[in-house]
Amino acid sequence: MSVVPAEVLPGGAPAVTETARGAAELGPPARLWPSLAAVYRAQLSRARVARIPLLFVATFQSVGIAVMMRGVVDSGSEAESVVAGSSVLVVAYVALNLLSQYFGQLRASGGLDHYATLPVPPAAVVLGAAAAYASFTVPGTLVTAAFGCALFGLPVANLWVLLAVIPLAGAALSGLGAACGLLAPRPELATLLGQLGMSAALLLGVLPADRMPEIVRLARDLLPSTYGVEAYARTFEAHPDWAVVLVDLGVCAGVGVVSLAVATWAYRRAAVR
Amino acid sequence: MRGLGKSYPAVKGRRGAPGTPAVRATDGVELAVRRGEVFGLLGPNGAGKSTLVRQLTGLLRPDTGSVEILGHDIVRYPERAARLLAYLGQESSALDELTVSLAAETTGRLRGLEVTRARAERDAVLEELGLTPIAGRPLKKLSGGQRRLACLAAALVGERPLLVLDEPTTGMDPVARRAVWAAVDRRRAERGTTVLLVTHNVIEAETVLDRVAVLDQGRVIACDTPAGLKEQVAGEVRVELVWRERAPLEVPEVTALRERAVESGRRWTLRLAPEEARAVVATVTGGAAFAALDDFTLATPSLEDVYLALGGAARQGLVKA
Repeated sequence: MSVVPAEVLPGGAPAVTETARGAAELGPPARLWPSLAAVYRAQLSRARVARIPLLFVATFQSVGIAVMMRGVVDSGSEAESVVAGSSVLVVAYVALNLLSQYFGQLRASGGLDHYATLPVPPAAVVLGAAAAYASFTVPGTLVTAAFGCALFGLPVANLWVLLAVIPLAGAALSGLGAACGLLAPRPELATLLGQLGMSAALLLGVLPADRMPEIVRLARDLLPSTYGVEAYARTFEAHPDWAVVLVDLGVCAGVGVVSLAVATWAYRRAAVR
Repeated sequence: MRGLGKSYPAVKGRRGAPGTPAVRATDGVELAVRRGEVFGLLGPNGAGKSTLVRQLTGLLRPDTGSVEILGHDIVRYPERAARLLAYLGQESSALDELTVSLAAETTGRLRGLEVTRARAERDAVLEELGLTPIAGRPLKKLSGGQRRLACLAAALVGERPLLVLDEPTTGMDPVARRAVWAAVDRRRAERGTTVLLVTHNVIEAETVLDRVAVLDQGRVIACDTPAGLKEQVAGEVRVELVWRERAPLEVPEVTALRERAVESGRRWTLRLAPEEARAVVATVTGGAAFAALDDFTLATPSLEDVYLALGGAARQGLVKA
């Protein structure tokens, strides 16, 4: 019942002798963008089945942290970093933690074989999954940001900047998460790395940096999510310095490109041993 | 079957698993599969079947040797494997959370099909395998057999001249099994598709395979048609004796049989020449031995017996010289 035109069939004509044997025609390779779209769509559909409770947890956790910090921090610049930090934490939880778990498990269970035996560019699998996980974070991030602004009495006028922060911080963190998941020799290690990364994003991102010792500030500067947090925090000011915001976002984008490239390399390595 | 020739996976592999360098999962395996053939790999757990399949599909680089599929060198260009073959592995974790329909469509698209073509083929394959009623359900929520069938559907979307199926019918009910073999046969008849099948199920192997290679400890210990293999042990019949409580060892004929039997609790399995078997049956169904006998069967050799008889060092004494 499956219908395929005869002309695409390699070996459609009976091969007769050993000498007449020619190499079979190769099937078409999947091109980057269509296969990326297919992976993205498939990954997004997984959300319906498996991810919604986790997305709820991610949002609830961030909202809870914002509430908790309300008891410690007054409004002002500290409040800005709390709201920005807890919003970006949703991205860290989903893109870094969950994606690293997903790839860790996929690799350990042999699920990567499925992709590795399809003519799909490695970048399409990694980018499709990363993009889907970054998309999962959109509702939670927006909810947390809106809630945090209401809680601390911050302006929501520049909330739109999240539309740049989410994909860029998402790219950086999901690239990192995917690389952790694909490089970790065991799935438990992948989970551990993801959790650690998320905890780092939580502690270093949410707490105001001014009171931190030098070494912690250095660690904070090394974490890509920090730049997403700062970019967003700066936009609460009456007259944001957009150039600095752009620089912060640029750092996210740069880290994103590098980490996704590393993740793609890690995928290649994990898929074919 | 079409002509002589060729899908031609000749593998000579050597692979030490990391950490246990003494293991050779495949050790100088040489096989030639003909185009349009349903070729089976049979062997106990750990015989090297999966390693061989992974080398064949470009997932694992062989340390030595070469793999050629339909005229393409897979060791040199492992990425070509994905454009020549469809692989059904034992794991479904990549597809588990997708619906049956999306799993098939996505796989088709990743196999290079356009959206409309992928959807058309998806519908056709789901219909063919009887999956249309459960097309909207996630694989995770299906029974083992249905999930397997859905994975097979994904493997069949997007035409490939070679299908590599690793235990495709595990956990399936007879209806699903029939659908699988009908689908495989149709592709072979209409398009000359070659099928490489990894299996444990000797009964199934006997009915669907054109030829079969028996693997043991990374080596091919036999390769022939199922009938040809059975001929190797054709001189023997299998006698199974089940004693009520214990074997009546006070009967001298029974004591003499004991050293030739494979004992498993109350059950003795013997491989004997037909006239010997007749004598044994006569002995145990008459006289003192009969009182101790619970049940007995006499059977001509099946592929199972070949599998056991060729099964290597662990079953010494069964190998027919």
